[in-house]
Amino acid sequence: MKINNFGLLAIIFIIIAGVLFFTYFGQTGGNKDKQIVLNGAGATFPYPLISKWTFEYGKIKPNVQINYQSIGSGGGIRQIMAKTVDFGASDAPLTKQEFQEIEGILHIPITIGAVVIAYNLPGIENKLYLSGDVIADIYLGKITRWDDPKISSLNPGIKLPSRDIIVTHRSDGSGTTYIFTEYLSSVSDEWAEKVGKGKSVNWPVGLGGKGNEGVAGLITQNPHSIGYVELAYAKLQNIKYASIKNKAGKFTEPSVETIANSANTVLPKGDKSWSDVSIVNAEVENSYPIASFSYVLVYKNQNDRTKGKSIAEFLWWAVHDGQDYSSELLYVPLPKEVITINEETIKLINYGGEKLITEK
Amino acid sequence: MKRISGDLIFEYLVGIFALSIIVLAVLLLDEIIGNSWLSITKFGIGFIFGSVWDPVSETFGALPFIFGTIVSSLIALIIAVPLSIGVGIYLTEIAPRKLIIPLSFVIELLAAVPSVIIGLWGIFYLAPFIRDFVAPPLSNYLGFLPLFQGTNYGLSMLTGGVILAIMILPIVSSVSKEVLLAVPNSQREAMIALGATRWETIKMAILPYAGSGIFGAIILGLGRAIGETMAITMVIGNRPEISWSILAPSYTMAAVIANEFTEATSDLYISALIEIGLLLFAISIIVNILSRLLVRKTIKRGIVE
Repeated sequence: MKINNFGLLAIIFIIIAGVLFFTYFGQTGGNKDKQIVLNGAGATFPYPLISKWTFEYGKIKPNVQINYQSIGSGGGIRQIMAKTVDFGASDAPLTKQEFQEIEGILHIPITIGAVVIAYNLPGIENKLYLSGDVIADIYLGKITRWDDPKISSLNPGIKLPSRDIIVTHRSDGSGTTYIFTEYLSSVSDEWAEKVGKGKSVNWPVGLGGKGNEGVAGLITQNPHSIGYVELAYAKLQNIKYASIKNKAGKFTEPSVETIANSANTVLPKGDKSWSDVSIVNAEVENSYPIASFSYVLVYKNQNDRTKGKSIAEFLWWAVHDGQDYSSELLYVPLPKEVITINEETIKLINYGGEKLITEK
Repeated sequence: MKRISGDLIFEYLVGIFALSIIVLAVLLLDEIIGNSWLSITKFGIGFIFGSVWDPVSETFGALPFIFGTIVSSLIALIIAVPLSIGVGIYLTEIAPRKLIIPLSFVIELLAAVPSVIIGLWGIFYLAPFIRDFVAPPLSNYLGFLPLFQGTNYGLSMLTGGVILAIMILPIVSSVSKEVLLAVPNSQREAMIALGATRWETIKMAILPYAGSGIFGAIILGLGRAIGETMAITMVIGNRPEISWSILAPSYTMAAVIANEFTEATSDLYISALIEIGLLLFAISIIVNILSRLLVRKTIKRGIVE
């Protein structure tokens, strides 16, 4: 009995000693090239791009490890508020109220997303042409049939079927819905008043599908349906989408060029509120009207010098070299003007007043 | 001496295990109520009876979701219960011995299919099938009933109910089977000795004996139907509206939480979603209590007769 107890005690002692030994030496030994872990959380839309970045950045800076959890913009904003992550990501800018609640937060647009109007019209090969007010009327339930004169007049060469339009939308809260409803609010006063913009709204008509794949499924399964999905998703799935009339009166297709043109607008400084920023329905001639920035949210004042420096360096890389990875993943690279604004914003990141980035 | 202390330790140990369930439930309830307090105080009882769900203007009413959850679960029960009891009776009373094990195996396999897979199958096969082959005859011949009116999209309360029925079928039938197996042979033999046919034996000796157990199986199935999220959100159309027609799209409580929680940013919005969770909790408890009362009543009557 006694020997047994003694043996047990000895084993416990050895384990404790071992753990202490290794933690002590592990810490001092690791100081030379200490692994820095940056945690981020937020929107699902930029997730493929951010995970590509973390992979590529890991090759350049092997000691910086970036974890990004795509838990949704809402979760990203809540976590950056609670300071449980080092950066957040959101498809929509913070609202005025949120911006006031989170002191010293910076908005850094990292990429641009576009939404396309997808449709399923069996037997019609020609491109469908739509305008903002027609899309708004369809989603308000005012245009219910495909052969409505308002649609026909935009598509003179096509014989549209005399069928009900099956309207589809996202049922889950999403940045895609935010962009789309923001667009509808800007082209239709009635929409702005009755429904408004948001990641989830009270849809006047239509069926809800969960995720881009859900909406795409609804559209492909239901002839005579219409819906909205992310551009990248529509391209990868070969879903047909409409050409949209922009504010300048020109029909445009979504492309890297036309979407980037939308972003050609006056933007605030990174440490100001971005709640009024909108690049939908831009008054630029060759611009695709349904687009939006996706943002990274980060604190201006960092509490940890090394960590803060790593974040600033990573973001600097992301808005410069990182943009090269956009096109292959069907994201739209940031235009020069936006990168310039981002440079100033990233330079604001500091540790107790000390600037953390020295480039240029 | 040693044996008693071992028993005592065991007694305390399992006691703690049992108690931890209660503690967990209380903590859960406390957390849910605490987090939905904002919405409870703001909307009061109107939350349950409100039918507008508008995250933009922050007006929240849960009635369409409550309606959708209850009706879709009822449709599921109407379809699945007779089927499951039939399966149970066949397996225990009628099927040749060779078939019992493979059949039970297949049924239990069905229970292991993840709900997202069933949901995908629902989008690509079941919904078009109902749209093209089930709904048209229903609205053509029974269209005078408000139950079968309106535009037919394929995604509907009916499709949701059918999906739920498929999902609860395995659990209800396999528990029913076990319950029927537990009916003592003396029951059957006594009935047959009286000259009863096989059907009479099942109806008068076996089903009444197994009644409360089968009821339990149904409640298990109902619990699963009420809480099911992924599969149903893919086929029900996600439209928060109360319609008489089962061909119209609808929405359920579990589905709206799963759909909107990740991107809900404002406090009131999150709070309203958590209050839906609270209501779901409450509905599950009410259903459980009601069914227990019902079981007690039917058993008493059975004994008196």
